[in-house]
Amino acid sequence: MSDLAEAFGLALALVVSLDAGLVEIVGRSLAISLAAVVLASAIGLPLGAAIAVWRFPGRRVVVVLLNALMALPPVFVGLMLYVLLSRAGPLGFLGLLFTPAAMVLAQCVLVLPIVAALSHRLLRDLYQSYREQLCSLGASLPQVAATLLWDARASLATVVMAGFGRAIAEVGAVLIVGGNIAHATRVMTTTIALETSKGNLALALALGMVLVLVAIGVSAIAAILSGAVSPRRTAVRWG
Amino acid sequence: MAILPLELSEVSLHAEGRALLDAISLRIEAGPKTIILGANGAGKSLLLRVCHGLITPRGGRARWLGGDAAEHRTRQAMVFQDPVMLRRSVHGNVAYGLAIHRVPKPERERRIAEVLASTGLAEFATRAAATLSGGEQQRLALARVWALQPEVLFLDEPTASLDPGATAAVEAIVEDMHAQGCKLVMTTHDMGQARRLADEVIFLHQGRIDERAAAADFFASPQSETAQAFLEGKLLW
Repeated sequence: MSDLAEAFGLALALVVSLDAGLVEIVGRSLAISLAAVVLASAIGLPLGAAIAVWRFPGRRVVVVLLNALMALPPVFVGLMLYVLLSRAGPLGFLGLLFTPAAMVLAQCVLVLPIVAALSHRLLRDLYQSYREQLCSLGASLPQVAATLLWDARASLATVVMAGFGRAIAEVGAVLIVGGNIAHATRVMTTTIALETSKGNLALALALGMVLVLVAIGVSAIAAILSGAVSPRRTAVRWG
Repeated sequence: MAILPLELSEVSLHAEGRALLDAISLRIEAGPKTIILGANGAGKSLLLRVCHGLITPRGGRARWLGGDAAEHRTRQAMVFQDPVMLRRSVHGNVAYGLAIHRVPKPERERRIAEVLASTGLAEFATRAAATLSGGEQQRLALARVWALQPEVLFLDEPTASLDPGATAAVEAIVEDMHAQGCKLVMTTHDMGQARRLADEVIFLHQGRIDERAAAADFFASPQSETAQAFLEGKLLW
């Protein structure tokens, strides 16, 4: 019990003193996950809107696939990317294995189905109520898709934040394709796993605290973004 | 170039073996305000959607006899019973349609200012459209299409869920639009409104045109039995 208390104390000290090693790992984690989410959103949001608006053969199959891919096991994604990016693999010439770029790619693959599937579900419902009106105003399908994306921006911000939550908390895939190399590809989750196995609970706990803070921060940002773009309602007073 | 007249020949729509529109043939010309009157379920809204091009009939065809294909889309507009307010300001809602129609920005702003003033919404320009009352939202829906300067406007029971004050405001805007040369085709089951607005009446019953006549003649001496019963306030189905 005293060991645990001591570890918590040391962890708190690391966080409060903004320990250089800790800051480096947190900064890298945020940069990689942000890049992955931006990339996944740039592809996933228009993809979700397109599937919501366009009627094409095999559309249902695509929706089922996207939904299934939301539960993609990270270690499997890591393994597949490892095979693709390894020197003998088809994409080996890119030299991405054990680099932050490979980690961005891995997280992007995991986040993309989440962003695309959730945004599709959301925009499909909005499309039901907008369809006649937008069609009547003469909007083309790309214009309809763009309108849906803009008008659902508050809810889509939450979808993107959910994707970021998945990315920042991911460990299996980034461990395989990143290699957990100090000062290069070591991120919060892989460091927690490594330091825990070494018995260095202080750093692991400190990073765990930061992860929880990031999760709270992400949730707060999503709430603020939702509130910022929703029309203000007059408060009702009772009594 | 004018897109009217609109000609419907043998237009039919069926669902589950029931005729929703049954071989409707009619020609809509420029000029008089046309009111499509009928009980709920008579097929008024469907007929309007076929005219506007939102629904393709299973049988027969609807075609504009003037203008080209592009004008057929851009020179006619529709206002719905429950208009969708886009999640942006009042100004943004009107600007949206104009942007879709690629109206240049200076002209866009001029038209927005004009229609917001004409519909009494100028003071709400920066407000979120969703915070407007039902009557104000319907006026905004009218402003949104008015800015597009349509040659023909289809109105699907635009005052069905409004109080008398809001109804009067909507009717005044509709009259203004007509006075500026916009052809109006409007559905309603409100006989009072039909008497106030109609120049000619198309009476629809069970998916068929039961009677078409000048408004004065229709209300003075309807020729069909169902139209007579409707005017006497009897229940039709």
